[in-house]
Amino acid sequence: MVSGGAFAEAGADLELREIHKRFPGFTAIESLDLTIPAGSFFALLGPSGCGKTTTLRLVAGLEQPTSGQILIGGKDVTNVKPYRRPVNTVFQSYALFPHMTVLENVAFGLKRRRIADPTRKAHEALELVELDHLAQRKPQQLSGGQQQRVALARAVVNRPALLLLDEPLGALDLKLRRQMQLELKNIQQEVGLTFLHVTHDQEEAMTMADTVAVMNKGEIEQMGSPEELYELPKTVFVANFLGQSNLFTGDVRGDNGDTIVVEVAGVPVAVPKARAQRHRGLVTIGVRPEKLLLHPSRPEPAAGVNVLGPGRVIDVSFTGVSTQYTVAVPGIGEVIVFAQNMVFGPVVQAGAEVWVSWRVEHGFGLADELPDDGDRFIDDTTTGGIAQQTKEELLEELEEG
Amino acid sequence: MAFAAFGGGGAAAATANEPVHLRGGWVAVGLLAPGLAYLLLFFLAPLVSLLMTSLQVAPEGAGKGEYVPGFEWSNYATAISTYWPHILRSFGYALTATVAALLVGYPIAYFIGVTARKWPLVQALALTLVIAPFFISFLLRTLAWKQILGDNGWIAQTLHSLGWLPSDQNIVGTDFSVIFGLTYNFIPFMVLPIYTSLERLDRRYLEAGNDLYARPSTTFWRVTLPLSLPGVVSGTLLTFIPAAGDYINASQIYLGSINTAMVGNVIDRTFLESQEYPIAAALSVLLMGIILVIVAIYVKRSGTEDLG
Ligand SMILES: Nc1ncnc2c1ncn2[C@@H]1O[C@H](COP(=O)(O)OP(=O)(O)OP(=O)(O)O)[C@@H](O)[C@H]1O
Ligand SMILES: [Mg+2]
Repeated sequence: MVSGGAFAEAGADLELREIHKRFPGFTAIESLDLTIPAGSFFALLGPSGCGKTTTLRLVAGLEQPTSGQILIGGKDVTNVKPYRRPVNTVFQSYALFPHMTVLENVAFGLKRRRIADPTRKAHEALELVELDHLAQRKPQQLSGGQQQRVALARAVVNRPALLLLDEPLGALDLKLRRQMQLELKNIQQEVGLTFLHVTHDQEEAMTMADTVAVMNKGEIEQMGSPEELYELPKTVFVANFLGQSNLFTGDVRGDNGDTIVVEVAGVPVAVPKARAQRHRGLVTIGVRPEKLLLHPSRPEPAAGVNVLGPGRVIDVSFTGVSTQYTVAVPGIGEVIVFAQNMVFGPVVQAGAEVWVSWRVEHGFGLADELPDDGDRFIDDTTTGGIAQQTKEELLEELEEG
Repeated sequence: MAFAAFGGGGAAAATANEPVHLRGGWVAVGLLAPGLAYLLLFFLAPLVSLLMTSLQVAPEGAGKGEYVPGFEWSNYATAISTYWPHILRSFGYALTATVAALLVGYPIAYFIGVTARKWPLVQALALTLVIAPFFISFLLRTLAWKQILGDNGWIAQTLHSLGWLPSDQNIVGTDFSVIFGLTYNFIPFMVLPIYTSLERLDRRYLEAGNDLYARPSTTFWRVTLPLSLPGVVSGTLLTFIPAAGDYINASQIYLGSINTAMVGNVIDRTFLESQEYPIAAALSVLLMGIILVIVAIYVKRSGTEDLG
């Protein structure tokens, strides 16, 4: 599979078919189907413990799926040993060999494949991550961020058809992180390699990837281009995990051809049918905070505009380019509005009475509903949630056994 | 308040640096004193006495075992010229036994330290089995091997009947049986240090090796073995040093014969039987000196100072 003596000429596509992964007493991956086209930059985004590392380990061959198939470049590699897969990994824990110098670490893969001139190529890779001056040091003599860059160089230097990156920039400061993001993107585009990039930094995923998949509890919740995911989230989890959302729940009361009308605390709110996952019954709808406008007086009713209010501004916080207003609307709860700082200072002060409006086409309808407790910014990864999940899995396991 | 205390502590430590240092020095001396006294009494004193004995001279007309202090350097020349085959044999046996113990011991240590990680019970059991022989005196165990390998034992009989061993030859009393005995007796000393360093080996390094195109055998040579080198160095030293000075396995009462005598047996004989105290002492000093030189070169070459 791995061609000795030469780098991959192009990226390979990756296909996961119906992958399940059970650890004793815990299901880490639940029926995962995923196709990553050759030469694409694919980001896997999700909260801690959702199974991202496990997915990468399955692809690298360090873990065997309980069931399912893994195809790289169209070939079934499910039973192929890791050292025969055209894949390299930047490990979340770096795993740099402690008995070798930085240079020896980076040249390791090249030497195993008998690539010509491994030392020069290793130096080049180290230059790329700006660490060539530390080539003779041992890994334990480096800082965490430096070790992470060595791990990056050690994988990238092999130019594998498929590169797996497990939070490869997590330990770097913002400036270095941006710089490495650019370098990575360059390497990926230069050779047309396939990158599978795991991160829980949504901004990183959005700026670097062609396609983003949001993972939750061992399943992919939604997948698409960054814009698509942001503008049209399909589940509560995605709507809240990628950026912030204002979510409202209500019954569908009308159908105007292109739009459905949802009654939110007595106020009719229109959502385009094409942007709604469900068209009847109790539904959760949402709109992004920057799509909202604040009005100091009740706006004139207009076609194609939803209005909520009046509400009271309970918090104003300045975040640089924009200001975040929190508006409490009776019967609905808190609504968040981001407004660009076009003028000096906030448009309205805390305590002011305001109305919020947004264009109908900016709204979206979700496939699932808000959790019962009505907390619209619930984090699915609370320890309580994980403990509950684990308990359920255990009970299931016990029943089966 | 914690903040203030922290700042104050830092400043105090900085200004009071010197006295703290001195006090630390005296505490260290105090703590070291019992150990130093012990070394002085039980190591240095016998060593000096040994060196002096090795230079003693037999006065005119003295009887057996009668010597007076002197500077008879020729004792060393006599010891070397008479007993060099035994010296060579000692180090040859010790080296062979060390290599054999490493070849047998490493896989055992690997099994306990890495393979059996998934099964703590198996791990505990295997470790117990490695240590268990210590509960029986090693003299008894060596005698037991003499029985097993002896002419009436099933091994020798089987080999004889198969014709693999000529009927006029034995197993006991040969180079093989002595090296076998040495290997057997020192295997636990080889296994335990290697096990200790393998047990700490992080599996993630092996996975990284695998991910970087190294097949399991390459990963072993390039990653596992170098990372367990500190254990290998201690294990080989703990085997080689006592094996070179051993005189039980090679003695005629146990697994040896006249033809397998090692330096230890010669020292034993010259001291207790022929009472040539200076020669016995000179041999002891030589043995110690050679071991020291070999160990120093070995430790330096294996570069253990780099490894954690
Ligand atoms: N060997 C294992 N045995 C049992 N459970 C495991 C094992 N490895 C992982 N898990 C569980 O599988 C789940 C997914 O783990 P994984 O490491 O893939 O998470 P992750 O998405 O990479 O998280 P993070 O962002 O914190 O790195 C976790 O709940 C974890 O506890
Ligand atoms: Mg992870």
